[in-house]
Amino acid sequence: MKKQLGKIIVSTLLFLLALLTESFLASPFSFWLAILLFLASYLLTGGEVILRAVRNIRGGNVFDENFLMSIATIGAFVIGEYPEGVAVMLFYQVGELFQSYAVNKSRKSIAQLMDIRPEYANVKRGEELVRLEPDEVAVGEIVVIKPGERVPLDGKVLAGYSMVDTTALTGESVPREVGVGDEILSGCINMNGVLTVEVIKSYEDSTVAKILDLVENASSRKSRSEKFITRFAQIYTPVVVIIAALLALIPPLVLPEATFSDWVYRALTFLVVSCPCALVISIPLSFFGGIGGASASGILVKGSNYLEALAKAEVVVFDKTGTLTKGVFKVQEIHSENLSAEKLLELAAYAEHYSNHPISRSLLEAYKQDIDNERIGKVEEIPGHGIVAWVDGQEIMVGNHRLMEKMAIPYYQGELGGTVVHVAVNGGYAGYILIADEVKPDALKTIEKLKLTNIQKTVMLTGDTHEVGRKVAQDLGIDQVYAQLLPGDKVEKLEELLTQKSANGRLVYVGDGINDAPVLARADIGIAMGALGSDAAIEAADIVIMNDEPSKVVTVMKIARKTLGIAQQNAVFAIGIKVAVLILSAIGLATMWEAVFADVGVTVLAILNSFRTLTATNPG
Amino acid sequence: MKKTFRLEGLGCANCAAKMEKAINELDGVKNATVNFLTTKMVIEAEDEKMASIIEQAEKIIKKIEPDVVVKKA
Repeated sequence: MKKQLGKIIVSTLLFLLALLTESFLASPFSFWLAILLFLASYLLTGGEVILRAVRNIRGGNVFDENFLMSIATIGAFVIGEYPEGVAVMLFYQVGELFQSYAVNKSRKSIAQLMDIRPEYANVKRGEELVRLEPDEVAVGEIVVIKPGERVPLDGKVLAGYSMVDTTALTGESVPREVGVGDEILSGCINMNGVLTVEVIKSYEDSTVAKILDLVENASSRKSRSEKFITRFAQIYTPVVVIIAALLALIPPLVLPEATFSDWVYRALTFLVVSCPCALVISIPLSFFGGIGGASASGILVKGSNYLEALAKAEVVVFDKTGTLTKGVFKVQEIHSENLSAEKLLELAAYAEHYSNHPISRSLLEAYKQDIDNERIGKVEEIPGHGIVAWVDGQEIMVGNHRLMEKMAIPYYQGELGGTVVHVAVNGGYAGYILIADEVKPDALKTIEKLKLTNIQKTVMLTGDTHEVGRKVAQDLGIDQVYAQLLPGDKVEKLEELLTQKSANGRLVYVGDGINDAPVLARADIGIAMGALGSDAAIEAADIVIMNDEPSKVVTVMKIARKTLGIAQQNAVFAIGIKVAVLILSAIGLATMWEAVFADVGVTVLAILNSFRTLTATNPG
Repeated sequence: MKKTFRLEGLGCANCAAKMEKAINELDGVKNATVNFLTTKMVIEAEDEKMASIIEQAEKIIKKIEPDVVVKKA
């Protein structure tokens, strides 16, 4: 690049000297001197371009930019417009230089976004630590990760305790703690302790390799605008060249006053704007920037087509458990008739102590204290009903409404959003404990923000009961709920919703990817959440949110809209300016100087504009 | 089978698009992408034809942009 710059500077000086010679020295000798200087300046900047053009023609590539620039500038020389010929070549080279600088810069910032590749692994071989490339390490080997190092492969901690920074994978800035027995994912950074880890996945199956592969190959699924640009570029150049040829030949033959040199000049101006470079670079760059920016905040987008579709989203369908709610059952409410709430919970926890049911686990978790086994007597489990146990010599019944009915105990029958556990002591009703899934802290904000955008409808699908579904939907402000659905029913409901939306609108389904893979696949855009370490979800979805925050749906939609907007701006701007210059030069109003300036300027501005997608990550 | 290459010195976006198009037209290629920004080329093709496809792809690349060096990634 430095060499290129040097050439341009020397060439510019020669060019200025030539201009001075031409205008201030009035002798036949100075005219020839000026031409000589113009030629020297031209060959210095443009020699390489001409060489490349010749080489490409021999290779069968006629309509490339080198050829077009050579023809345009040589043509200018032939009709005696020496300064123009040199200036066009000079500007073109300045533009190329600037363009390659911009492209390098964006390549670097994209590489930085994806700089999660571990460089080495410290592998324990015998008593020694050997430094190896991550892909040379086999499953089952032991690696040692020191503070500050990147985790090279997915593994299980054998010894050590540390905090790990998962920002690169999840966009999450809060470090995660890991200790013996925990799984650790490649790509994270070990922050403070030394960890000894057993490798459980080979490098190519490791999280980091999968993520990189996904993001780098995302551009193979092209958006409609990218496809349009590729097709446009293919026909644009030949069409412009043909028009240029016609422009040079026909008017001078048909119109009486038209001169060849005037019309050839106009035709040559056409050739200067005939390269579709601005479009071909800036549009894919916008999308790539958007995908890169998304991955920096822990969202993997599998193709620019999905980003494009997401910008047109109209309906967002959420799965409930694991997506909007945490999927962990927790005691939400204790209603006691005459005992204290603590006592009621204590009795229920004791009675359920031996059960492995998730409900029992959540009772024990809420109780928090150790259970004294001595206090528990005979325990009888009635499947589908509950448990009858003797605690402290009292008969405790803990179970659902069926148990109360079976035992003929009158109980509270109001509607509650969750699983209700009734408790009876010595045959008398003592109260109930409400156990429900907890709504994620950012779920409410997510729905609110979605409604502020052009999303027309939010829907929730759940396998849970109608009461629970209604309660969650009401709390979050979701428009429609379908409850008590089996996994198969979810696909059916989704298809029904697909028929209801408008033709151009897109339907987004957000699920946790565990048992809703068919639904993810059926939706226009399937978004899987909390997918870190879950291969199935990464496979099934179009967009993968690495952590479990539903608010990332809002983030990725924002990125999608911004990206699409920038891509459209670039397309309209670049095509618009080119067409304007073509028209102006056809009617003889634009000079070659202006044309080359417009061409190079548009490219550079479009590239700079697409840089903005890289920073489209902060949700506001 | 899928193979990834690095195209060092890839300097023109339009050329990358041309390479991609030409390589996709080769016999036995299922899908090929030339990414201008990551300067990566991915070829997915039938196993037995891979070797000859790579050879032809290199020729195509050299023809469109002679300064590009194809390296294994």
